Amino acid sequence: MKYQNPRQVYGETLLELGRINKDIVVLEADLGKSTMTVLFEQEFPERFFEMGIGEANMTSFAAGLALTGKIPFTNSFAVFAAGRAFDQIRQGICIPALNVKIVGSSAGLSDFGDGATHQSVEDIAIMRAIPNMTVLVPADGNETRKMVRKMAEYKGPVYLRINRHDMPDICPEDQEFIIGKPYMLRDGKDIVIYATGIMTAKALEAAEALQEKGVSVRVVNVSSLKPVDEDEIRKLSKGIKGIVTAEEHSLIGGLASVISYALRGTGIPFTSIGINDRFGQSAHNYDELLEEYGLTTRNIINAVNSLLNQ
Amino acid sequence: MTLEELAKTACKLRLNVIKMVGVGQKGHLGGSCSLSEIVTVLYFYKMRHDPHNPHWEDRDRFILSKGHAALIQYAALAELGYFPMQELENVKKLGAMLQGHPDMKTTPGIEGNTGSLGQGLSMACGMAAGLRIDGRNSKVYCIVGDGEIAEGQIWEAALAASFYKLDNLTVFLDRNNLQATGPIPERYDTNPLKEKWEAFGWHVSVIDGHSISEIIKALEDSEKIAGKPKMIIANTVKGKGVSFAENVAAFHNGELTEEQFVRACKELSDIRI
Repeated sequence: MKYQNPRQVYGETLLELGRINKDIVVLEADLGKSTMTVLFEQEFPERFFEMGIGEANMTSFAAGLALTGKIPFTNSFAVFAAGRAFDQIRQGICIPALNVKIVGSSAGLSDFGDGATHQSVEDIAIMRAIPNMTVLVPADGNETRKMVRKMAEYKGPVYLRINRHDMPDICPEDQEFIIGKPYMLRDGKDIVIYATGIMTAKALEAAEALQEKGVSVRVVNVSSLKPVDEDEIRKLSKGIKGIVTAEEHSLIGGLASVISYALRGTGIPFTSIGINDRFGQSAHNYDELLEEYGLTTRNIINAVNSLLNQ
Repeated sequence: MTLEELAKTACKLRLNVIKMVGVGQKGHLGGSCSLSEIVTVLYFYKMRHDPHNPHWEDRDRFILSKGHAALIQYAALAELGYFPMQELENVKKLGAMLQGHPDMKTTPGIEGNTGSLGQGLSMACGMAAGLRIDGRNSKVYCIVGDGEIAEGQIWEAALAASFYKLDNLTVFLDRNNLQATGPIPERYDTNPLKEKWEAFGWHVSVIDGHSISEIIKALEDSEKIAGKPKMIIANTVKGKGVSFAENVAAFHNGELTEEQFVRACKELSDIRI
């Protein structure tokens, strides 16, 4: 299987967009070598703003750039991009629906070594809660590329959540990305797994393993966390014995909330894989951390089995 | 406009602020009145703008970082014809164009949403940078409050403006010496001001913020300075022009009784310039 690094894809796509559209400007808070905005900086220094370690100012400064017709992309780790600058995003950007793109890198637990301060478990929730905000979480490099291009076209605030590590290609390259649309990656008739981010590839693995045991699993990649086509979610859930959601995020306010709300009143058995109201912590590698927080393929398989055995 | 006409306009705007505050409703009277001359000089003398074409690309821009003083900006915009004068009567009413804090989506002439203090200066910096990328010679003006500069983001913006040499940015600091709960030197001292802004790499001048001629001179002088953002520290009186409200923190966002309202209107109408 082919792997791509979503940060690298993001940096390259931003550069590609910068060549096409001179209104694209990039703001960075001293993490350009991690977020990969360094690629844009090297080619377009006049449209790149190093804002120092000051996310609040970076975010409102981006609002000002948008007010002059620019398309600013602000960059930091997700925990700072969405958390530290929450008020700046809410007040100056989302109330007037300015065309600012907030990119949260090293999201979820993917900055495994740095611990709770650098891991974002609630960024999707806080960004979703703001009116006018769009929230996108790519499941692989291909989807990252399509999303970044779409973000630049779309007029209005967008939050993009990017993982730090290589991700296997699971989304077809030729399929258009539409904001709000859930994408079925594998069909099945017993259970639907709605997954987002790194959990989508794990959901596909789980589905494969369950197939061998005679369980037919549909996997849906929910990469738009807001807006979400709720009708499509209800359609995809019709006649199904149970629903599992899987996300590398708190169970509060993320995918579990999105799907359970979309399916309200349907009575379909439902369970969720996610972070159970805890902060992250340091670990020596990412997998160890995902294991600790119950975010593995095995956890998904167990969740499916528990629904079937109910 | 002549100096005299500008002074009269400032007076008229203040009177309209009082009318917007009205009777028995909270309104940001103090910090709006302290800004009347500065706002008047910017809108009626200095800035290039067109009330009939609010989005004219080559206009100068104005961001009221201390967004709670929106009433004085509304008074100016209405006087200029950005929207009908009657809108002033509906300020803060449900569904009204004129919100409690500036909203660019509802109000023609408002350039950005401010109100959460400390953010407008960063926006003004971003605008200045954006205009410069496009090679426009439009200028960006911004007003911050002396209470507002306790917000750390102000100093992040102060660094950014000097680092990026935003000499198309001119900022007024409304130094009325009062924050909502009392005198700034006692409650939370943001002084010294001149030294701080100079240390952050700004060109700084200090003026009487109620003197039309000093405001104009400071603006003209600052235009001669290249390579630095400009700070004009304007010494002002909170509640200026309304005798019982001058230097009284309670009128930061206070209510007027019927008697106070009549008196304020009379005082502002009786001023001879």
